[in-house]
Amino acid sequence: MRRDTAHGRDSGLGPSSGAELGAEHSPDAALCIHDLSVAYRGQPVLWDVDLDIPRGSLVGLVGPNGAGKSTLLRAVLEMIPRLSGEIRVLGRPLREARRSIAYVPQRESVDWDFPVRVLDVVAMGLYGRIGWFRRVRRQHRALALEALDRVGMADLAERQISQLSGGQQQRTFLARALVQDAELSLLDEPLAAVDAATEEAIVGILRELRSRGRTMLVVHHDLPTAPLYFDRIVLLNQRVVAEGPTATVFTAENLRRTYGGSLTILSDAAAALGARGGMP
Amino acid sequence: MIAALAGDHNVRVVVLGAAMLGGACGIVGTFLTLRRRALVGDALSHAALPGIALAFLVGTATRFGGKSPLLLLLGGALGAIAGVGAMLLLRRASRLRDDAIVAAVLSVFFGAGIVLLSVIQGMRSGHAAGLESFIYGRAAAMVAADAWMLAIAAGTVVLVAVLLSKELRLLCFDEEFSKSIGWRPGVLDGVLMALVTIVTVAGMQAVGLILVVALQVIPAAAARCWSDRLSHCVAIAAAIGAASGAVGAVVSAAAPAWPSGAVIVLVAAACLLVSLVFGSARGACWRWIAHWRSTRRVAVEHLLRTLYELEEAASTEAPGEGVAYATIAATRRFRGGELRGGGLHAAIRRARRLGLVRSGAADTIVLTSAGRLESEQLTARHRLWEHYLIERAGIAPTHVDRSADLVEHVLSPELLARVARSLGAATAAAAPSSPHQIERPDASMRSAPRDPRPAPPRDDPR
Repeated sequence: MRRDTAHGRDSGLGPSSGAELGAEHSPDAALCIHDLSVAYRGQPVLWDVDLDIPRGSLVGLVGPNGAGKSTLLRAVLEMIPRLSGEIRVLGRPLREARRSIAYVPQRESVDWDFPVRVLDVVAMGLYGRIGWFRRVRRQHRALALEALDRVGMADLAERQISQLSGGQQQRTFLARALVQDAELSLLDEPLAAVDAATEEAIVGILRELRSRGRTMLVVHHDLPTAPLYFDRIVLLNQRVVAEGPTATVFTAENLRRTYGGSLTILSDAAAALGARGGMP
Repeated sequence: MIAALAGDHNVRVVVLGAAMLGGACGIVGTFLTLRRRALVGDALSHAALPGIALAFLVGTATRFGGKSPLLLLLGGALGAIAGVGAMLLLRRASRLRDDAIVAAVLSVFFGAGIVLLSVIQGMRSGHAAGLESFIYGRAAAMVAADAWMLAIAAGTVVLVAVLLSKELRLLCFDEEFSKSIGWRPGVLDGVLMALVTIVTVAGMQAVGLILVVALQVIPAAAARCWSDRLSHCVAIAAAIGAASGAVGAVVSAAAPAWPSGAVIVLVAAACLLVSLVFGSARGACWRWIAHWRSTRRVAVEHLLRTLYELEEAASTEAPGEGVAYATIAATRRFRGGELRGGGLHAAIRRARRLGLVRSGAADTIVLTSAGRLESEQLTARHRLWEHYLIERAGIAPTHVDRSADLVEHVLSPELLARVARSLGAATAAAAPSSPHQIERPDASMRSAPRDPRPAPPRDDPR
């Protein structure tokens, strides 16, 4: 079994484009993560993650605080450097597949007092498609308005974002992802601190996307509702504890291994690596 | 005197140049503040000083001419770039926080510049006097060539701001998202810092190193008070910056002893003050007015409801006789309301003017028919909310009055209908009976014993 392991900074990889990731990965998966390790200030936060997300599935990523869930999404999108590992999106390397991925960050990552309207935020989803130096045109705004309509916020298009409730802010972010019309969407806690009506609406949209063959990987903050919303679940705590169809994975034993106290040896080794320093 | 100044060609050049600089600074400042790099801009401009001093020394040493403006500006630009480089290096190589890094670079570079200036002063007395104008600004020394340079700088800023408007907008709003679509924020940040360097170097003569960052930040802050749209904010900031530059240059021409940089920035600060109070988007003035209007309305509504409840309780006696002022005052005060003394008088006057109450016999207040209708609706809202809290939210009946006091003013018709439906009430118009004993002062004005027996909720159609 061949393993492509490469160690280095940034996205320093060994053999890259076209390389097989090994027989244990399905080539048809929407997202293929092979041996991903990520460190923060020299201290590993994700150890050797292997993960396949099949197409057309709605997958929940759950784990305790500090488990590395947001880190995993960011590393997949190469927003943070990784120590090792390879990522394939829809069978292609990331830089070829950027147009096919949408990312919904956490709500707190943004200053909601920024002088911009809801419609402008949604239109940002098209910036990648519009390209550098070109303007946002009427047809782009029309697409943005359509996306707002799908999340039920068409009448709030002209509103300044500081006047939105938490649920409306989340739906704005979701509309921005919808307008990208991506095959694979990565969402970071989209249901955190939203009202019940918004939660229902968002889950409805995700299910509708799944029925159209799209793939969603969702970091979910609330363990009890995870089996209600997702077909597949990934249990993460600095390493993948279990992943697969919900019924198979969501067992008491797996939950205990994920949430019931960390692997202290692993934590101590991570701390020792961090103390040694030398790695960014 | 203004006419005399306007006729002077030199003054026109200075005003035009300062206006263009102010406009460019306003544009750059909007993005700089939204990107939260205003202090970095400050450090950048302070770091230009040692660059200027070194350029002077190089110039004199190589007989290029120490005071060649082009050489000095080039030195300033290189100094600024060195400052940015030092900040990036410190961020990568040390554990210092961002604010400490900015403070360190700013003070070290500026200190080095001051030392170099004193060395220069020691070399040939009088030569450094010209260099000091870069610190404090001397717009009056501007000549046509300088104005052309300012025009080019301003033109570059406008061009980049237009070409990269959506890129800069996304960078400032959501850097994470921009990374996710494959953009490199470092590149865009570099462009932004380049623009800051351009306006700093261009503005050194007119406004001086120390205050050029103020001319970027203040118009941007003022513009934010007038608009909630980024493109409008940029345009308004440019306008305020340009106006500050022009007016400041005129004032400075009339008072040549004052450093022009300070005058221009003070004009901008005056604009900021006006904007903070009167700005249409966020001005304090409009907030105060809205708050005062709202308080006034709430006072009238509380008065109406008190009158309704007093009439309801006194219905066995002769109705329509009105309620004594003293009774109203005692009731509201007893219930901890805000209608004390002068507030009550004002509320009664206002209610009278709105036709909701009139004076009755013997110094009493009576509800008019319009007033009775409105007070019944208010009381209905108040009590429906209380019922909702008791029956649906499980809150004790003694606790609901205060909350209803607040909520009754903001219950929209739609929300009210939902409350009524949830309680199975036939309509929201008829006022149900109160679910708790309404506290009333007894004859001796001492607090009545509170009896929290809840009345069974019942519609009381009238």
